[in-house]
Amino acid sequence: MLRTEPLTDTAQALTMREAFAARAAELIDADHGIAIVLAEISADLFQDAAAAHPDQVINVGIREQLLVSVAGGLALAEMRPIAHTYAPFLVERAFEQIKLDFGHQGTSGVLVSVGASYDWAEGSNTHFSPRDVALFDTLPGWRVFVPGHAAEVPPLLDRAVRSDQGAYLRLSLRHNSTRHGRNDGSLTVVKEGTRATVVAVGPLLDNALAAAADLDVTVAYTNTPRPLDTAGLRDLAARTGNTVVMVEPYLEGTSAAIVSRTLSDRPHRLLSIGVGVEELRRYGTAADHERLHGLDAEGIGARLRGFLAV
Amino acid sequence: MMLRMTATYEQTLELARRTVTDVRYPVVKTYTFDPIWVLYDRVLRIDPAHPDDPARDRFYLSKGHGPSAFYAVLAAKGFFPAEWLDDIASPHSRLGSHPDATLVPGVEISSGSLGHGLPLAVGTALGLRATGFTDTRVFVLVGDAELDEGSNHEAIQYAGAVGLANLHVVVADNASGTVGWPGGIASRFEVNGWSAATVGLTDHDALYRSFTEPHPDRPRVTVASAMLGPH
Repeated sequence: MLRTEPLTDTAQALTMREAFAARAAELIDADHGIAIVLAEISADLFQDAAAAHPDQVINVGIREQLLVSVAGGLALAEMRPIAHTYAPFLVERAFEQIKLDFGHQGTSGVLVSVGASYDWAEGSNTHFSPRDVALFDTLPGWRVFVPGHAAEVPPLLDRAVRSDQGAYLRLSLRHNSTRHGRNDGSLTVVKEGTRATVVAVGPLLDNALAAAADLDVTVAYTNTPRPLDTAGLRDLAARTGNTVVMVEPYLEGTSAAIVSRTLSDRPHRLLSIGVGVEELRRYGTAADHERLHGLDAEGIGARLRGFLAV
Repeated sequence: MMLRMTATYEQTLELARRTVTDVRYPVVKTYTFDPIWVLYDRVLRIDPAHPDDPARDRFYLSKGHGPSAFYAVLAAKGFFPAEWLDDIASPHSRLGSHPDATLVPGVEISSGSLGHGLPLAVGTALGLRATGFTDTRVFVLVGDAELDEGSNHEAIQYAGAVGLANLHVVVADNASGTVGWPGGIASRFEVNGWSAATVGLTDHDALYRSFTEPHPDRPRVTVASAMLGPH
C-alpha cells in the first residue's frame, strides 16, 4: 500500500480502485464474454476472481504494450476486454497500442487507470498522468469517465462495459465527500448563480464548490468529460452571460477546444483551471500537489475572483 | 481467367507479381508468398464464403508492408475479386499498401506498424480459449527485422510462459535486419518454452510439416528462412 493512500477516510468505504475491482469481478462472473487484463498492478485485488475464472483474468506481467495489445486481441475474438494499470503506463507508454489495436482494427475496449495526475506524490513525475485525457482527445470515439467518488465507479464501469464504444475510466484517490451526477453523461447543476457556469470534473467538485461558496455562479458537475454534455453547457452558458470556467483534475485547458467549439456562435469567455504542465520536482502528498497546482479551494477561488473581477 | 478456389500456385504467384502495392518500390516483393500460400492452401480452416465464422482459424499478417503476396492469395481463394489487384492503393481501392481489416474481406487485422500483430494474436488466442473455441488456431506472420520491436518479445515471453498452444508464429526470414539475430531466430523462442523449427522459405512440404506438427502444451514458431533452399 502507498503511504499516501487515505488511511482514515470516512467519506468512502472503499477506494475507487477497490470499488472497480469488486464490480469488475461481479461482471466477469456474470458474463464469460468479459475479460480483465492486468500488468501486475492491482493483481492482489483480483486473486479470487482469477481463481474462479482463470481464462478471464489475465495478468501479463509488467508488459504494458502487451497489456493493451492483448486487450485488443481479445476484442478481435469478440470478447469485451478491460485493461487496467497505472495511468502513465496504460496511456502514455502504450499509446500507439491504444491507437492501432482498437479503433484502427474496428474494435474497442475498456481501459481503467489509477494514479491520476498526482495521487502518488511521493513517487513524483514517473507516476503522474495529467496528459491522459488530452491524449484521448486525439483519437476518435473514446468516452472518458472521471468519477468523483468510489460510489460512482460501479455504474460508470457498467456503462463502459455494456457499450461497443471505447471507454477510459480514470480512477483517483482524490474524491468528493459524496457521490454526484446522474450517470447519463449530463451536466448536473449543484449550485445556481448568474455570472458564470463553473463546470467541475470528477474529484475537484468539492474544492470548486468551496471556492464558489460566496460567488454568484452556477456550479455544474460531470464525471463524463467525454463526450462533454455540450447541449447542457450551451444552455447553462446562455443563462450565465456565456461565461464558462472549466475546473479539471488533469492538464489545464484540456477541454478548451471543445468549449470554444461549443460556443463558437456566440461571444463568450472561458477560464481553464487544471493541472499545470511544468514538472514541479516536489514530493509530499496529493493534497500538497493539489495546492501547488492551485486546485485547492483557495487556489480555485482566487482564479475565479480574478476572472470575474470581484 | 477464372481463379477463385481452383487457382494454382503458379497462377496465384502471377497475381502477386502484377500487384504493385507501393509506387515508390515498383519491384514487387513476394518473399512471404510461399508460407502464406501453404497456410491458405493446406492448413487454415477458413471458408471464404463465411469469413466471419467465429470458429475459423485466424491468420494475422503482422508485417503489413508489401502485402502483394497476401492479397494475391486472398483473391485466389475467393475472398475478393482478382480485379481488385489492378488498382491497389488508388483513392477508391479497398487494398492499400498496408491492409485494413475493416475494408478487405479475409483480412483479420489492420497492420503496417511493426510489432502489433503478434501481441494482438496472443490476445485473440487467449480469447478463443476463454470462449470455448479450443480447436481454433491463430497463425501470425512476422518479418525477421520486425522482431527488432520489443513488443514482440513481451508477447514471446508471455505466450511461452503460459503455454499458449493455439498460437503459431511464422517468421519470414530474409535476413533483412541490420543488427540481426546472432545465434538464430528460433533460439529466442525456444528459450521461452516454444516449440520451434527452421525450414526453407519456399519448401512447401517442410512448411506444411512444421505448420501441422503437434505442440499440445506450448506455442510454436516456424522460422521460414530464405537462406535455406528447398530440400
